[in-house]
Amino acid sequence: MTEQAYNFAYLDEQTKRMIRRAILKGVAVPGYQVPFASREMPMPYGWGTGGVQVTAACLTPDDVLKVIDQGADDTTNAVSIRKFFQRTAGVAVTEATPDATLIQTRHRIPETPLTEGQILVYQVPIPEPLRFLEPRETETRKMHELEEYGLMHVKLYEDIARHGQIATAYDYPVKVEGRYVMDPSPIPKFDNPKLSGSPALQLFGAGREQRIYAVPPYTQVVSLDFDDHPFVASKADHDCDLCGAGHSYLDEVIIDDAGGRMFVCSDTDFCGGRRAAGHVGRLGEPA
Amino acid sequence: MKDGSLERPLLSVRGLSKFYGARIGCAEVNFDLYPGEVLGIVGESGSGKSTLLSCLAGHLAPDRGTVVYDTATGPRDTALMAEPERRRLARTDWAFVHQNPRDGLRMGVSAGGNVGERLMAVGARHYGDIRAQAIDWLGRVEIDADRVDDRPSAFSGGMQQRLQIARNLVTGPRLVFMDEPTGGLDVSVQARLLDLLRGLVREMGLSAIIVTHDLAVVRLLADRLMVMKSGYVVEQGLTDQVLDDPQHGYTQLLVSSVLQV
Repeated sequence: MTEQAYNFAYLDEQTKRMIRRAILKGVAVPGYQVPFASREMPMPYGWGTGGVQVTAACLTPDDVLKVIDQGADDTTNAVSIRKFFQRTAGVAVTEATPDATLIQTRHRIPETPLTEGQILVYQVPIPEPLRFLEPRETETRKMHELEEYGLMHVKLYEDIARHGQIATAYDYPVKVEGRYVMDPSPIPKFDNPKLSGSPALQLFGAGREQRIYAVPPYTQVVSLDFDDHPFVASKADHDCDLCGAGHSYLDEVIIDDAGGRMFVCSDTDFCGGRRAAGHVGRLGEPA
Repeated sequence: MKDGSLERPLLSVRGLSKFYGARIGCAEVNFDLYPGEVLGIVGESGSGKSTLLSCLAGHLAPDRGTVVYDTATGPRDTALMAEPERRRLARTDWAFVHQNPRDGLRMGVSAGGNVGERLMAVGARHYGDIRAQAIDWLGRVEIDADRVDDRPSAFSGGMQQRLQIARNLVTGPRLVFMDEPTGGLDVSVQARLLDLLRGLVREMGLSAIIVTHDLAVVRLLADRLMVMKSGYVVEQGLTDQVLDDPQHGYTQLLVSSVLQV
């Protein structure tokens, strides 16, 4: 594939303008889902077509791109999207969170705190937080318009009634700047507090559902809860077995057929950085 | 009936008309409903009962006429209200009981969640309180407290209808619209439901508008009765008066068609 075969970052300039307009509107109205004319991308729906379009519209030749999938830099989805932009935009790539200017993520927020000037792009499968309770799009739009969000609490009520606690562990609904209830894409609820007051610009793209929404820097994002069942940012009750971190989100990995398992940081860059700095977990080897 | 000169009507309807193209849905309906009063609307299928009820409850926009409701801030024409206001009214001051409980309930949500939804919609955010109120209301409609976490799909038809009534009355509405609340239930269940409704209406001092084709229902529940035919109100008055001494030919036919056992 030659450099001339594609416009910079795959999409043509008119399409990027259209997406940028949607992004600007999203930034102006935090949490509001802006419809946009989502394009076909050379990857299947569900692989991040929305995120890729937002990334393409935001990229400049000077950007440094990082792509993560469930926190990891080296899984299929992350590798293929990173390669896609290396090929079509020729931008520099990195795995280090602080070095990146634009991070496309699937279902995680990096553990390393983000800084001003960074853009975090989320891949969103179902942008409508009310969808599984109210299947009609006309009705959910009206509910957003009129701020009728009682139904969202019905979902949390059902959780407590059935499980004794709010069992929703990911895709946990939030209210943005006291107005719109938003689906934070399926990030674990452990990451929800990081949404609020973040210095980075957070953009959400849903390709199949054709919606873009945004959380501008330093925006208040509150996780919904009950007075007597407050929101808890839960994680597995372990330390990372490789780097020993006790405050990062963990993946559980089955390691043999006898019930053996280990817990490791889902953020590979964070875990690698800690090991390089000399931290060692239960099953880790000193670097 | 109460003295209209002393008390303001809760709902005052003047010249209400709704057309479906050239067809008449309902036409030139006038009535006043006073606080604590139960109004029955009877008539055959297609006589415009349900159209009228939908217009009153704001589900349909009337083509002509006014529907003035006595809100907390004074009488307002609900047909001219902005939609957010009307929807707020519909989930606080009003209640709507559908004929088929499946239309009025969330079938995928537990009984407690169904009752609690209106509470949460008006801002209740304390799980314990919501649940206690839900259980209290299930008791009032004679559903055992241990069914609070069951889904309505596990309930019988009569229980579903009672659950729908609990869900609607939990926020203490002032005006209840009922569209054939006993339709589709067998006779013994109907009798219990009517007994229950009568108790709740009296106890809470509710005003209600009940659409039905069952004259026994209105005899039991309604203070006043309106008889509709082909979209027009042909006769209205006190329930016993209309049923015992029907003036209009259609009402006479209706009263004489009731089967005796």
